[in-house]
Amino acid sequence: MQFFGGSEINPSPQVPTASGNNAHMMYVFNRNGVCLLYKEWNRLLHTLNPQQDHKLMFGLLFSLKSLTAKMDPVNADKGNLGVPQLPGQGCSFHSFRTNTYKLSFMETPSGIKIILVTHPKTGDLRESLKYIYGLYVEYVVKNPIYNPGFPIKSELFNTALDQYVRSIS
Amino acid sequence: MAAIYSLYIINKSGGLIFYKDCGTKGRMDTNDSLRVASLWHSMHAISQQLSPVNGCSGIELLQADTFDLHCFQSLPGTKFFVVCEPGTPHMESLLRYIYELYTDYVLKNPFYEIEMPIRCELFDLNLSQAVQSDRVALLGR
Repeated sequence: MQFFGGSEINPSPQVPTASGNNAHMMYVFNRNGVCLLYKEWNRLLHTLNPQQDHKLMFGLLFSLKSLTAKMDPVNADKGNLGVPQLPGQGCSFHSFRTNTYKLSFMETPSGIKIILVTHPKTGDLRESLKYIYGLYVEYVVKNPIYNPGFPIKSELFNTALDQYVRSIS
Repeated sequence: MAAIYSLYIINKSGGLIFYKDCGTKGRMDTNDSLRVASLWHSMHAISQQLSPVNGCSGIELLQADTFDLHCFQSLPGTKFFVVCEPGTPHMESLLRYIYELYTDYVLKNPFYEIEMPIRCELFDLNLSQAVQSDRVALLGR
């Protein structure tokens, strides 16, 4: 069925590439919106240039958090829409799914946001994101040469990440 | 546990044309519901831009800590989305059924102006019945 706004009919799920990776891409942002890491394993469509893409992704997540905090049907006391939320304040979403991808999101109390984009049939990746945060702490935070607030350039982290993501079904 | 908290219908330009709130604590005033609807319209469009693969038609399911949001977009661009308890089953079929009710009681109503807020009694009536029967079937009460 062709939907409004779609240009191609794409019913088949994404086939894993030769490298065996099931994820499309991954982003890590800090609390100021700086993209600390962007990894791409399997991305066929690049709509925007990298800078715009990062900004759009961060903006989308920022606004979605604000939206979910406001829409929360359980919490009686909610701030006004548009007021920036502190990490951990208000109800936050952990994933959303479209017909072509699933985006899993995790925010730590320090404001580090980890985003993993996979194919739409993926299950709950919250535990995987926690594990990736553990990798970040071990290989990046504990690295004395790492400059906080700047993009991550650690080979060990990249390798460990590649290996782990490959194992996620 | 399965309950629907609220239902929104947005026209193709992003304006809210119908809003029904069944929750108790999460009530929003009119202005906020209008803002939330427009925000959702934009987020839906932006999510299509970020797709790694061609042919994305926007967010279908958003999972948060305390609620799930299911969204259905019809061919002309009208979006129906429902906020429910996490893990509620069969929301997609409920949304398609609501779309059928919309075409029957709203679009076929000669006094209804397209893209305007919905004020059709029969639509409200049938919608309440559908949500109620859904609730009875799922909760047994």
